[in-house]
Amino acid sequence: MVTLNVNGKTHTLDIEDDMPLLWALRDILNLTGTKYGCGIAQCGACTVHLDGQAIRSCITPASAVQGKAITTIEGIESLVAKTVQTTWEKLNVVQCGYCQSGQIMAAIDLLSKTPNPSDDQINQAMSGNVCRCNTYVRIRAAIHEAARTLAAKGGAA
Amino acid sequence: MKKPRFDPRRRQFLLTSVTAGAGLTLGVYLPGCSREVVLPAAGPGKAGGEVVADYRFEPNAFVRITPDNRVIVIAKHLEMGQGTYTGLATLVAEELDATWEQVEIEAAPANAKLYNNLFWGPMQGTGGSTAIANSFKQMREAGATARAMLVQAAAQKWNVPANEISVSRGVVQHQKSKQQASFGELAELAGKQSVPEDVFLKDPDEFQLIGKQLSRKDNLDKITGKAIYTQDIQLPGMLVAVVAHAPRFGGKVKSFDASQTNTVKGVTEVVQISNGVAVLATNTWSAIKGRNALNVEWDNSNAFGMSSTDLLADYKNKAKQPGQAARREGDVDKTLKAAKKVLEANFTFPYLAHAAMEPMNCVVRLDKDGCEVWNGEQFQTGDQGALAQLFGLKPEQVKINMLYAGGSFGRRANPKSDYLLEAASIVKTIGGKAPVKLVWTREDDMRGGYYRPFYYHELKASLDKDGMPTAWQHRIVGQSILANTPFEGAMVKDGIDATSVEGASNLPYAIPNVSVELNSPKLPVPVQWWRSVGSTHTAFAVETFIDQLARTAEQDPVAYRRKLLQQHPRHLGVLNLAAEKANWGQPLAKNQARGLAVHESFNSYVAQVAQVTLHDNNSFSVDRVVIAVDCGLAVNPDIIRAQMEGGMGFGLAAALSSELTLENGGVVQSNFHDYLVLRMNQMPAVEVHIVNSTEAPTGVGEPATPVIAPAVANALYALTGKPFDRLPLQLSA
Repeated sequence: MVTLNVNGKTHTLDIEDDMPLLWALRDILNLTGTKYGCGIAQCGACTVHLDGQAIRSCITPASAVQGKAITTIEGIESLVAKTVQTTWEKLNVVQCGYCQSGQIMAAIDLLSKTPNPSDDQINQAMSGNVCRCNTYVRIRAAIHEAARTLAAKGGAA
Repeated sequence: MKKPRFDPRRRQFLLTSVTAGAGLTLGVYLPGCSREVVLPAAGPGKAGGEVVADYRFEPNAFVRITPDNRVIVIAKHLEMGQGTYTGLATLVAEELDATWEQVEIEAAPANAKLYNNLFWGPMQGTGGSTAIANSFKQMREAGATARAMLVQAAAQKWNVPANEISVSRGVVQHQKSKQQASFGELAELAGKQSVPEDVFLKDPDEFQLIGKQLSRKDNLDKITGKAIYTQDIQLPGMLVAVVAHAPRFGGKVKSFDASQTNTVKGVTEVVQISNGVAVLATNTWSAIKGRNALNVEWDNSNAFGMSSTDLLADYKNKAKQPGQAARREGDVDKTLKAAKKVLEANFTFPYLAHAAMEPMNCVVRLDKDGCEVWNGEQFQTGDQGALAQLFGLKPEQVKINMLYAGGSFGRRANPKSDYLLEAASIVKTIGGKAPVKLVWTREDDMRGGYYRPFYYHELKASLDKDGMPTAWQHRIVGQSILANTPFEGAMVKDGIDATSVEGASNLPYAIPNVSVELNSPKLPVPVQWWRSVGSTHTAFAVETFIDQLARTAEQDPVAYRRKLLQQHPRHLGVLNLAAEKANWGQPLAKNQARGLAVHESFNSYVAQVAQVTLHDNNSFSVDRVVIAVDCGLAVNPDIIRAQMEGGMGFGLAAALSSELTLENGGVVQSNFHDYLVLRMNQMPAVEVHIVNSTEAPTGVGEPATPVIAPAVANALYALTGKPFDRLPLQLSA
């Protein structure tokens, strides 16, 4: 049995200890916003937050994160998160959308730690998240714009 | 004053249907189509919680207006990122005079009679950058017809002449009597009106939505994680299948030992299918673990055994002989022999995986009435036929739910229905006792075949005393994508697969003697179209070789192209626009240069200027890309920009790093650590300029992809003085 705290709710799952958090979220808890892309932490589609930090759920055993706060795309509600989502919408960032949950989770993590990131800082934080539609130009622009919006709201990060 | 714009030969017949409270449902039939009526169990018509069973539902409806004032557009094309849901909805909403906010999209069911791609004949599917181009008139007519019926309904309700009624931003209005109504309020009455045979389409200067910046209709689903892809489907009792495939192409299962697999919690069954061994489990992780524990002995007696190195040697040998003629003008041999100045070049292109973010997958359920499929469905008609044949059903008994696709880049339109048949054959093997979700891991996807083929090109050209080309010989060696597919009859003529030579056989440059030849060896490595298809290799060969000619002639490559493109105004248009916006000819730092390429594909014209910096450590970066595109009338300019940015990035990955290599008949690479794709830190700044045009709209999904590699190579050539002969690009040490 594995007990997980996901998006503020506690769930007890009858799963093997080695099941990655990704599959526990998707197949057992039916939280399918978090995506499978590579299974070896090379693409970032599976990014979720663990106690507010972006992690790759595809290589993290669910049993290893018991007692920690797991947040998925379905559970984000901070001002930074909402601002990132609104900006994504405004700039029409998405194309196929499959990687975008992971991109958004990574961007929230970045802006929470680095309220006004430079292009280099964006590259560093976001280069682990692959987008085969290559929406990178707009992700970069959206992060900058979200940073400006948040700054105007009083540095909520 | 509006004019009827129906071409009488293409007049469409419309049917409507109505039930109490269900509103207006509008179908558009093409002449020659039967007017069959199908009653679906669910699907469009359920919206708003209305009972649908008692009304005549038209499965080909493109527009539905609900009493709660929503306009639902039925999309016949797959949304795989290219923005087609938004584009199709724009066309309908424009002629309907709906507000953008009230428009929603639903996926069309599989039915080639009703939802065919008008460019493909009686065949439903998405590809070739055709979605907006083939739908442009059809969707506008659907919107205009619905509008006309709303007006008729208002005229009847208010007892006023229809020609005094106006429609604007979702409101139907009669100014004189100061009456107005929403679409929803008129929907039911509109459904009872006779269908006009002729409708009025707007003049471009009347457009309210076409050509404007609109929010993508799939934004909200995709920024909240709510968008449903095939990978996300969960059905009651569903099993997940992960398959062990032969490591070498053509390998077969000799025997397998599942004793370890059967001990994995969650694994329910292990079955052999024609191309491997499938492990079925109650969840994905158990299926993956079970597959990893499987011990399969492979029969490689008929397996492929070549490496990429072997292949190149073989192809070089084949290129020594003339191929089949794809184009022949003048006398190339004689001109080359007599010429004082002859240039030669050869190019090698690797196999490429599509590597969409969502690896291939598919859900299939079989029951007594037929089979139901959930898939990022790109080629309904082919897949319906293939599954029907496997199960012994009629095609219409194969119901396909078209879901969002997490990318495709051509992969999900497989002429052999490969992964769908794999899923279906598992379901058949277990007697249909459970629905099955076939999941390919990234490794399966990378090694599962259906690649952009490996190609080898040889070119020769002669120059006159002014440096202008007098002869051009282009020889291409590579597998045919269309061989042994349903498209072979229509698209392979006299041994020439049109997709192998496109971009080369239609060389636009004015050269008096031209020969383009093709040799298509047969190999067991499965190949398929990959975003921009033949142009992925032909554009590189043509556009870098032209730069070599220009520099040999000591002429500016842009000026040189202009001289040779005088008969091609649309090529010239984008060439000049890109050059101007990129400040072509203006000085840069010593270690920087610009390179340009121009190419037409899918009837759209794209020029790109890449600005490249050479760094001290013998590496380079692509810093800025200026793109000019002429795709006719711009329906959704922001989506065009997005496709130019993304399509360019897709090509840039192949220019910089993507490469599959074969060893001993199998693929070496397996995942994103060794099949390198573009990442954020490699993405240049991008500027997109759209040529103002009133020509019919043409595609934008693919045409940006093939142009970037030659643009970057030409910039590096300008910096290093050395031309490039392969992709991905490598600087010599």
